[in-house]
Amino acid sequence: MEKIKLIDEKGKRIDGRGAKDLRPIKIKVHPLNRADGSCYIEWGTNKVIASVYGPKEAQPKHLQDPLRAIVRCNYDMASFSVDERKRPGPDRRSSEISKVIGEALENAVLTNLFPRTMIEVNIEVLEADAGTRCTGLTAAGIALADAGIPMRDIPAACAGGKVDGKIVVDLRKEEDQAGDADLPIAILPRTKEILLMQMDGDLSEKEFYELLDLLADACINISEMQKKALLDRYKQEEDVEEDKETEGKKTENKEIKKEEEE
Amino acid sequence: MSKSVVSAIRKDYLYKLAQDGKRMDDRKFDEYRKITIEPGVITHAEGSARVRLGKTEVCAGVKLELGEPYADSPNSGVLITNSELLPLASPDFERGPPRENAIELSRVVDRGIRESGMIDFEKLCIEPGEKVWKVFVDLYVLDHNGNLFDACALAGLAALCTAKIPFERFGLGKDVPLPLATSPPISCTHVKFNGALMADPSLDEELIADARLTIALDEKSHFRAIQKGEAGSFTLDEVKEITKMAQSNVEKIRNIFKKAVKR
Amino acid sequence: MVKIKEIVVPGQLLDEGKIKPGQGAYRDRADGKIYASRLGVPLKRRDFINVIPLTGCYLPKPDELVIGIIVDVAPSYWIVDVNAPYPAVLHVNDVPWKVEFGETSKYLSIADVVLIKISRVSETEQIQVSMRDRNLRKFVGGQVIEIQPTKVPRVIGKKQSMIELVKRYLNVWIFIGKNGRIWLNGEGKSTRLAIKAIRQIEKEAHTEGLTDRIKEWLEMNKSENM
Repeated sequence: MEKIKLIDEKGKRIDGRGAKDLRPIKIKVHPLNRADGSCYIEWGTNKVIASVYGPKEAQPKHLQDPLRAIVRCNYDMASFSVDERKRPGPDRRSSEISKVIGEALENAVLTNLFPRTMIEVNIEVLEADAGTRCTGLTAAGIALADAGIPMRDIPAACAGGKVDGKIVVDLRKEEDQAGDADLPIAILPRTKEILLMQMDGDLSEKEFYELLDLLADACINISEMQKKALLDRYKQEEDVEEDKETEGKKTENKEIKKEEEE
Repeated sequence: MSKSVVSAIRKDYLYKLAQDGKRMDDRKFDEYRKITIEPGVITHAEGSARVRLGKTEVCAGVKLELGEPYADSPNSGVLITNSELLPLASPDFERGPPRENAIELSRVVDRGIRESGMIDFEKLCIEPGEKVWKVFVDLYVLDHNGNLFDACALAGLAALCTAKIPFERFGLGKDVPLPLATSPPISCTHVKFNGALMADPSLDEELIADARLTIALDEKSHFRAIQKGEAGSFTLDEVKEITKMAQSNVEKIRNIFKKAVKR
Repeated sequence: MVKIKEIVVPGQLLDEGKIKPGQGAYRDRADGKIYASRLGVPLKRRDFINVIPLTGCYLPKPDELVIGIIVDVAPSYWIVDVNAPYPAVLHVNDVPWKVEFGETSKYLSIADVVLIKISRVSETEQIQVSMRDRNLRKFVGGQVIEIQPTKVPRVIGKKQSMIELVKRYLNVWIFIGKNGRIWLNGEGKSTRLAIKAIRQIEKEAHTEGLTDRIKEWLEMNKSENM
């Protein structure tokens, strides 16, 4: 079988991106009402929602650390997020990803401020198109800040790899499946400390460091988007939420009535 | 921080409001919160919808797979409805296999779809006794602020009404819309506390409810599915009153639904 | 146009000078600089730079008045939810009644709402509360709402100015717990207006000139009401 060409002569990828370009990213802060903090991200075709509960007393009690808070992550993929239906509920892959994301986030949180507690991070992948753990971790970072959890910095994540012999960032599904290597990382943008790093495939030492540099830059870009989204929430509140407040119920009723008439 | 214990004061206050014919969010007893239905939100799903009922939010997705039919109905496709009460949605939901509540929710939604005959299951048969389409309806609760029954039912129906059969993915030809026979029944949930009956309960109303009643009505206003829940009881007159409320709401909700799914 | 105060995010540089990191801030040992650890509004006060958080949970401190909900009853104490990460303990010795062993539920039962004082917070965040002080009691009637605990100081206002304003205009009883729970009692319509006003303050806590705007709002709504 002939291999599909993923990068053309001009160095453009199948969606027209260059090697360092990210897919379009849209961030919504605090989309959920019940959770203490939440974030919804559309990253290319990926759609991920993250929520944070806590800090709350760690249960069961044997999990409690008398000196610090523990961060527990539940990463889960919706059954319909991929082409072939995934059986709902946790599996070995999601358990591993939950563990490494939880550990990465715990590093950023000032856990010593909340002994004996648990901070619960839930990540739900509604639609998957490669890079969901990085999308989830990026969303979780925002949800933690939204929940008011003290952190050294807001972690940001991005994956990259090798496609048609070239180093590129932010793989999409076709590139991930046909590519030669996949390297997801998460960093603290300010100090560039690495919080999460996994890899499979084949990279030379030179390629590895080249990719790591590109990914660090990509994470800095993502970090700027995270910060902007958090600040925008408080700017927009003036325009958006005030309208809701003054018109409130009346608009809602009108809308229902409008629908009736039509 | 977010606990679901309703304080004695909140409960007394809701009782007192109800005696004056009022609710916490200014709604009338028979009034629904705002409903928004957004179909086609997940491109990997055969059909999908995100539904908001007030601040309650559910995402439903439909996936089709090929499989064997049940022995007692060799000419029919198979429907499997499942709901996930995600820990994302409430501090009271935990990770792990579905508990009683999630199973009841799935089964009530399932019944509303199955018994209505809205899906033409015979048309989902490829080889009798051998190969049929299995239709999976998966309901993911994202934000629990009361009345998951109606939000899930609407999300499931909207996802089905916009679903296609993925012939292409299985190399069997072109995709076609899922064959639907009739317009689906719409379900309305009500609670009773301290003698008052209310449609579309908020979370607080649900938590203090003595009893709950869900009724699904079809286009002819026939009953197509019913579920009574919680330890309290209803008198016959109360059931009649709820039916009346449901009849008027079903019509409004059906209009919103039809407009959203364009079907 | 409403003016918004400067907002910082975790990891943002606050100061490089000799100033000390206060609440919501930390000094990075590697470079000696001070960074924000919370989403909030930076505020310099004497030698300290703080970040007044916009969101987050309630962390109890001794002597603070809070509104608690009884969540469990034992023979010689009650467990109280004070909207903090940890439940609090109310011992029979810390209530104004003489309670015989095993008779705790005669006085306070599950779901009761109480105004209490944080008496002790141990190193490991074990919280003890007390009802032995003037005004501390079990609430009967009225209603309780919850706001972001971080917005409580704004709702109270400087020297109680904000909440006194609401009380004066609407003639409603209001008790504000430091933990974000607020008890209100009054005529139905005024209570609803008071709640609306409080929600407005909560939402606009990060803006300038809030007291004047709330005053205007109350003036307008009060006259409409008459």
